[in-house]
Amino acid sequence: MTVLTTAKAPGRPSGALPPAARRARRRGAALGLLAWVAGLLFCVPALWMLLTSLHSEPDAATSPPSLAAPLTLDGYRAFFGAEPWAPLLNSLMASVFSTLLVLLLALPAAYALSIRRVEKWTDVMFFFLSTKMLPVIAGLLPVYLFAKNSGLLDNIWLLVLLYTSMNLPIAVWMLQSFLADVPVSIIEAARVDGARLPTVLARVIAPVTAPGIAATALICTIFSWNEMLFARVLTGVRAETAPVFLTSFVTSQGLFLAQMCAASVVVSLPVLAAGFAAQDKLVQGLSLGAVK
Amino acid sequence: MSAPATLVEDRAAAGRQRPGSSRTVRGGGTARRWATRAPLLPALVFLIAVTQLPFVATLLISLFDWNALAPDARSFAGLENYASVATDAALRESVLTTVLLTATVVVVSVVLGLGLALLLDRSFAGRGVVRTLLITPFLLVPVSAALLWKHALYNPEYGLLNGGWAWFTSLFGVESPAQPDWISDMPLLAVELALIWQWTPFMMLILLAGLQSRPAETLEAARLDGAGAWQAFRFLTLPHLRRYLELGVLLGSIHVVQNFDAVFTITSGGLGTANLPYTIYQTFYKAHEYGLASAAGVLVVLGTLVVATFALRVVSSLFREEVGRG
Repeated sequence: MTVLTTAKAPGRPSGALPPAARRARRRGAALGLLAWVAGLLFCVPALWMLLTSLHSEPDAATSPPSLAAPLTLDGYRAFFGAEPWAPLLNSLMASVFSTLLVLLLALPAAYALSIRRVEKWTDVMFFFLSTKMLPVIAGLLPVYLFAKNSGLLDNIWLLVLLYTSMNLPIAVWMLQSFLADVPVSIIEAARVDGARLPTVLARVIAPVTAPGIAATALICTIFSWNEMLFARVLTGVRAETAPVFLTSFVTSQGLFLAQMCAASVVVSLPVLAAGFAAQDKLVQGLSLGAVK
Repeated sequence: MSAPATLVEDRAAAGRQRPGSSRTVRGGGTARRWATRAPLLPALVFLIAVTQLPFVATLLISLFDWNALAPDARSFAGLENYASVATDAALRESVLTTVLLTATVVVVSVVLGLGLALLLDRSFAGRGVVRTLLITPFLLVPVSAALLWKHALYNPEYGLLNGGWAWFTSLFGVESPAQPDWISDMPLLAVELALIWQWTPFMMLILLAGLQSRPAETLEAARLDGAGAWQAFRFLTLPHLRRYLELGVLLGSIHVVQNFDAVFTITSGGLGTANLPYTIYQTFYKAHEYGLASAAGVLVVLGTLVVATFALRVVSSLFREEVGRG
């Protein structure tokens, strides 16, 4: 009994609460519980994937599911035995280089749309967004034919260019919103003090917008890492990316559930790690910078 | 278009708030104007070259009778491809499938996402953990999520759905519980479920951010004026969330309408689940009908433009009426 009472918040014995407050509190606890149930429910498939990836193939394919089967790394061994390094490296290259190129193109553009604005800058913004609405599939055939005739088929740099165009509108929108937040007054103050444009960019604008740039880079990297349609049509053996490798890996295996789950975990791990570590950046990025 | 429109208007308004220090460069000499435009040009030129030129090429190819398996037989066909595409039952069906798939996934994700966002907009023990759990589906690579649903969840013999159901019913002594073959019995629903699972967290994140940007004073004032929880939600929260809802619907639609990974992986476009991206992919990549695929592509682009302009306008005006009427 004493243990219970000391465990309660001091100075607020529950018996002293008015009934309405007690009811509100009970309702709050119930809603909190509901949130937990919903969270767990949504995560069950992902947790199941993780658990299955650690089971042996026979244990992975049982009904009803065997939860307590012994754990093993065989699935991961099989996946890494299938030489996934080249595709993983290709995905990394496509993501990193396209993101760098996106930032290189989008930062000056965003500057001209937010700090020293061109005329009709809203029209330009809408043009950028409208390219994102056109279905990529409708332009894929000419890109394929161009690649075939110019020897760029199965070349990772072609994907770098395409992923850059895929992410550029998003990046321009995001960076525009972050740059527009830089108060004009501090830029002008720096100018009055005699700072030249490079100094203003490096000392005034960069520090304020660094988190926004990081958010943009995160989103662009994730989208490039995930992309499959371009990669599937335009790459073969040399430039194959991880998502394409994943689908071919699955179809070439026999009893494969544990291996498939292990492969999916490995391919998703970079995105999961980055997304968990930077949840707020993720929200900023997904809302095109509308949410800060 | 209205969601980004309001956002841009906001941004424009934010720029106007500071009189005397207008950001837009007006007047001045030609040289000065071009100096202002210069930083914009690389991005603009790159984007036009990589995304717009292919569409022009698609438009040209669509006028030819061109099958890659018989390249010598390439000939000008005028609008014949459009005639065949317009009368092609499979293509018309894939238009319907695309609309159905996109609408179902976006609407259900928004509703579920709103519910989850409301649950997470209150403080409780472990809120951060629950948020992390909830965003996990969105962070899985789409292909691996689709593979997971197809093999580990939907499989009729050892998938988690049927296995879990068998285990659950056995607790109540049911001998032979229903064990549906999810993908062949309800193919479109199977694709939709997997996509809803991935997109609900996205909607939840955006709507949660919207909820947390609500001014606390107005809610407090409403409560003091005797507004109930439902009234506060209906007349304060919902109007405030409008632009976040629009943003979620817009961004969700942009991505889901172009979905290829889930359809390709879960059903390979079979059993009436082939959406437009998959059908066009099939036409040129497997059937090598370049002219037909391009004509279909052009029609899809036109359709997208019409839908993107009108649907969003309708949705947002409906929503405004709904909010205004109450």
